[in-house]
Amino acid sequence: MIAVKNLSRYFDKFKAVDGLSFDIKAGDIVGFLGPNGAGKSTTMKMLTGFLPASEGTIHINDADISKHSKSVQKIIGYLPEGAPAYGDMTVYQFLLFIAQIRELKGKRKHERIAEVVAQLELQAVLDRPIDNLSKGFKRRVGLAQAIIHDPKILILDEPTDGLDPNQKHQVRKLIQGLSEDKIVIISTHILEEVAAVCNRVMIIADGALKFDDTPLALQQKSRFYQSVSLTMSYAADISGLAELDGVDDMEVDRKTGRVTLFPEPGAHILPQVAEHIQLRRLPVEDLHVDQGRLDDVFREITASKESV
Amino acid sequence: MRNIWIITKREFSSFFATPVAYVFIAIFLMLSSIFTFFIGNLFERGQADLLPFFNFHPWLYLFLVPAIAMRTWAEERKSGSIELLMTLPVSVGEAVMGKFFAAWGVLALALALTFPLWLTVSYLGAPDNGIIIAAYVGSWLMAGAFLAISMCMSAMTKNQVVAFILAIVVCFLFVVSGSGIVLDAFQHWADNAVIDTVASFSFLTHFESMAKGVLALNDVGYFLITMGVWLYASLVIIEQKKAD
Ligand SMILES: Nc1ncnc2c1ncn2[C@@H]1O[C@H](COP(=O)(O)OP(=O)(O)O)[C@@H](O)[C@H]1O
Ligand SMILES: [Mg+2]
Repeated sequence: MIAVKNLSRYFDKFKAVDGLSFDIKAGDIVGFLGPNGAGKSTTMKMLTGFLPASEGTIHINDADISKHSKSVQKIIGYLPEGAPAYGDMTVYQFLLFIAQIRELKGKRKHERIAEVVAQLELQAVLDRPIDNLSKGFKRRVGLAQAIIHDPKILILDEPTDGLDPNQKHQVRKLIQGLSEDKIVIISTHILEEVAAVCNRVMIIADGALKFDDTPLALQQKSRFYQSVSLTMSYAADISGLAELDGVDDMEVDRKTGRVTLFPEPGAHILPQVAEHIQLRRLPVEDLHVDQGRLDDVFREITASKESV
Repeated sequence: MRNIWIITKREFSSFFATPVAYVFIAIFLMLSSIFTFFIGNLFERGQADLLPFFNFHPWLYLFLVPAIAMRTWAEERKSGSIELLMTLPVSVGEAVMGKFFAAWGVLALALALTFPLWLTVSYLGAPDNGIIIAAYVGSWLMAGAFLAISMCMSAMTKNQVVAFILAIVVCFLFVVSGSGIVLDAFQHWADNAVIDTVASFSFLTHFESMAKGVLALNDVGYFLITMGVWLYASLVIIEQKKAD
């Protein structure tokens, strides 16, 4: 359980994090979204006890991190931005070092190393110095060290940056495979990632919290959520579509001829639209219900100054 | 304690994972032999001791210890690995001590590898082994003081070269504060108490009798306190600057 109250951080006069307050409970997989420079990494650095807060408090399992950083750090696994590591060590030496510091001992230590090596597919590079690895491998080594002690709280700063699509998929599977009583916080600017793995989205911009709800709620904020778009094989009379029950607006793309019907808030218009198409025998060749366009919503939320 | 040991091991092997330790030891051995035989005239003196060898140590350490210490924190901050280290359940103090012991261990190894010199004088005459051991210990203590200063300078900057130069400058001050030039400069305007204080900060003053094999409590204490003060200073600086 993480409880953050009025958390702020200044760098000289510049306010990088501005009065964040939120609670995160076990089972939450939080996607930390925001444009570059929003303050995601700075917040994570404070959550992990690396940076002291300028104002406000962080309690993790009721312990104040400014006073009990060492005991709190024991239950956190952290992948800092850019996955820093000791480049002159081999992957195995590095993981062994982390395991020792994480107080893993004897048989359990070797088991855990073997497990994370298998999970992140590091067998091939085990004896290579980390400096000589590709970006994707480095990132996976960083992930491996973060989960080696099976932490209650996992904080990952851009874990999929630099990975190819297969590796991204692998990392998402890894996060989904974690047991359900954990807290995971992932910062990213990839919107699909949030929809794919998180059950909670927090959007911050200019250091302040702008949105905090489920990915579904985020999609629902999109104008395109549950909108119906269709194309027709030849021009037909579509005027009736805009008059249907629940349809708020209709737009026609002049170039492609694609028609998009926007519902009134909360309305499902697919049945009406389908019925209308049948009735009028409209030559529809493609029909699609949109699940919302996250990038539009993201832009709207992070560009506007008002908070949600 | 356990954490200090784990970090010491990591840092120590890291010195040997790169050429740093090998180059350091090779240069240390080369220079100390050159100084001892050619400049210190070990043979011509006709005495079975290692005094010329130990007398050059302050000047050797002045350049070599900053070289081995410069990457300690500068590199850690530059590569960002400090963020990893400081978010592991390790205190800053443990990290400072671990790194210090690792580098001090390399210095011990370098000193130990000068044993052929000892064998040489033993072959040529009958040196007082107690004196030589005491001088080795004294030299190692002084090396620790150089090291603590140099590591503190490395904590102040992300740039290794800057750390190296800063360390040489500060170490130099500590070395020469006992030499004639500096004390003469004070002679004209300061009273004796000031001059004594300045001189008492000098590594040379405190090493003088150590090189002769006398481990006096105040000299040993001086180097231990110097180490403690500078290590504590690095701890404070790292707390302040780790995230910059
Ligand atoms: N050590 C620092 N000193 C000064 N400014 C910083 C420092 N770290 C971050 N900042 C500034 O704080 C803001 C937030 O940065 P960051 O938390 O890294 O953003 P994000 O991770 O969301 O991209 C940025 O404008 C950045 O320039
Ligand atoms: Mg960031």
